[in-house]
Amino acid sequence: MSTSPALALPFDETRRRSGFLSTLLSSDLPRSRVLSVILLAILLLLAATPFLFSGSQPIGTAAKICVFIVLVASYDLLLGYSGIVSFAHTMFFGIGGYGIAIALERMGPTWGSVAIGLVAALALSAVLAIAIGLLSLRVRAIFFSMITLAVASAAAVLASQLSNITGGEDGLSFQLPPSLRPAFRLLSEPVFGTVINGRLIAYYLVFFVSLLVFLALLRIVNSPFGRVLQAIRENEFRAEALGYRVVAYRTAASVISALAATIAGALMALWLRYNGPDTTLSFSIMVDILLMVVIGGMGTMYGAVIGAALFVLAQSYLQVLMSAGSAALAGLPILPNIIHPDRWLLWLGALFIVSVYAFPGGIVGRLRQARQ
Amino acid sequence: MSDMAAESSAPTELPRAKTDWLPLLLVPALALLALPFVGSPSTWVTLTLAGLAMGMMIFLMASGLTLVFGLMDIINFGHGVFISLGAYATLIVLGPLAGWAQADSIGLNLALLGLCILCAMAVTGVVGAVFERVIVRPVYGSHLKQILVTMGGLIVTEQAIHAIWGASPIPIPLPQSLRGAFVFGDIVMERYRVVAVVIGLAVFFGMQLLLNRTRLGLLIRAGVENPEMVEALGYRIRRLFVSVFIAGSALAGLGGVMWAFYRQTLTAGMGMEVMVLVFIVIIIGGLGSVGGCFVGSILVALVANYVGFIEPKLALISNILVMALVLIWRPQGLFPVARR
Repeated sequence: MSTSPALALPFDETRRRSGFLSTLLSSDLPRSRVLSVILLAILLLLAATPFLFSGSQPIGTAAKICVFIVLVASYDLLLGYSGIVSFAHTMFFGIGGYGIAIALERMGPTWGSVAIGLVAALALSAVLAIAIGLLSLRVRAIFFSMITLAVASAAAVLASQLSNITGGEDGLSFQLPPSLRPAFRLLSEPVFGTVINGRLIAYYLVFFVSLLVFLALLRIVNSPFGRVLQAIRENEFRAEALGYRVVAYRTAASVISALAATIAGALMALWLRYNGPDTTLSFSIMVDILLMVVIGGMGTMYGAVIGAALFVLAQSYLQVLMSAGSAALAGLPILPNIIHPDRWLLWLGALFIVSVYAFPGGIVGRLRQARQ
Repeated sequence: MSDMAAESSAPTELPRAKTDWLPLLLVPALALLALPFVGSPSTWVTLTLAGLAMGMMIFLMASGLTLVFGLMDIINFGHGVFISLGAYATLIVLGPLAGWAQADSIGLNLALLGLCILCAMAVTGVVGAVFERVIVRPVYGSHLKQILVTMGGLIVTEQAIHAIWGASPIPIPLPQSLRGAFVFGDIVMERYRVVAVVIGLAVFFGMQLLLNRTRLGLLIRAGVENPEMVEALGYRIRRLFVSVFIAGSALAGLGGVMWAFYRQTLTAGMGMEVMVLVFIVIIIGGLGSVGGCFVGSILVALVANYVGFIEPKLALISNILVMALVLIWRPQGLFPVARR
């Protein structure tokens, strides 16, 4: 119980509620009024972004938030619910991206190649996740962290070296299926002043697939399987004594999380019409994911939503604020350096450390506590 | 420590611990195995010597991490930033003493290297003490939180390096007389690698001596086995822990200096880049084992060199392959540390 306030309510109490919303959210309601309002606001804003804002920057940011919500939620399944730290999450993210990119580039821009690329990527991710899990989760969970780090860096090196397949450092740009291109018109008339073109369809593809995967993950963590994962996290020895095969459960969790990350990678590539080492494979993305999970709230799927939204917005807009502050302090010795816009990670890193110590449940845990 | 020591009674001869020779034989066996594939013996000697030197440098960077893990059961994912910090600390010495690096005198050049190492170890030692106090101490006992929090420490310290020394890479020249190579017939050995071998061996034997032949080493090893008992005997295990953490950080700083002069450029991310190799090495060696770390470093470096020569494409993942094979043979690493 100590590591996460997600279990603050007994299981049965939440299960007794019923209704459409409860079924949709797998009986894991936000359990805090403020949290519900924030989540609803994020959902509505993401759903309405193409109609509310014009220009390509807001819709790009919104798509990125959707993709990262899936990515971070799938990571939370590992970190928050199973208590294992993986550094290979970007590898699976990258596999998804490269699956789509390679298939669309080689086999032409059709929905068939999207499907083939996605299935191939999912299969590769599953095989790799099983192999890593069986090799390293057998011994100690701590091996898993180090081995995933090693494997992920090898994958990144491979992707940048095998340039005839992956495009090397330059990555791959490719054409989307015709119905996702900006020139495509679904309706001839604009709706609420917005033209319904292929770009908009691509956005809603990203949005709805993300929403579906998120709800599926929410379902998984609230299933009996998810409960076993939490039991293993709290007391591995006791779970094993109760007859659960810890290695099998942990490996299964890492496979599920890898598959979700692969889907996120595929969505990212579809949205950007490009995939390269820097957009999906780099270690800095791994660090970003860690920050989002911990600041949002480990062991609460909703933490992923808040963490991802906050972080992506901060990435885009905090730097503007900091450059203003830095300019105001020009002339002083080291202060302008510390709040230089490029140093924004310094502050998020500090926030990260404070989160781990002071609010292990992150923002979501904090909001839920406030209610009680 | 010694003033509090409960003096032991007359020393009795204990049975010597058995040495596990099998992993040690792995290194010569591997080298011999590679000979027919490499072909020419002189190339083979060159590759082997270069690999040994590389192994020493990896060992210098990895030893601190495995030492800290062995004693404190703390996994420091921020270890890499101490490598970077040690590397950047050379700038403190290199700034005012730039002339020494240009001087064509081995004495001055080595003195400069020595000063760089001392300065780097001092800086990383102090930062290590702060790191232990602020970041690590509240999370003793929980690996999950240690990984998270030390990652946080890594981010913050790396950004601090950016803030202090700037974000762009800084070139650092190798001292004049350490450039170039010794050539014996067809066999080539870079001078700097000879220095790396000497320092690496000195640190390894120094650590072995300290851990196995001194009272402090005895206490450290006892602390690994049973911290409560050591505390019950009147030693402050906490102080021992902190000093080991500082020593581990200072070793990372030393490794960082050697690595920086080898690469001849400084970037804040350099420590994190090499951390992957460091983790592979300490997993191969067995988490917490200094001897295993030594063997693992040489093994990884040799394999990387041979494979790089025979089949360059494969070299990228040779480390992972070595690790996978070792783990299939011994899931706890070459020299498993029996505890926990």
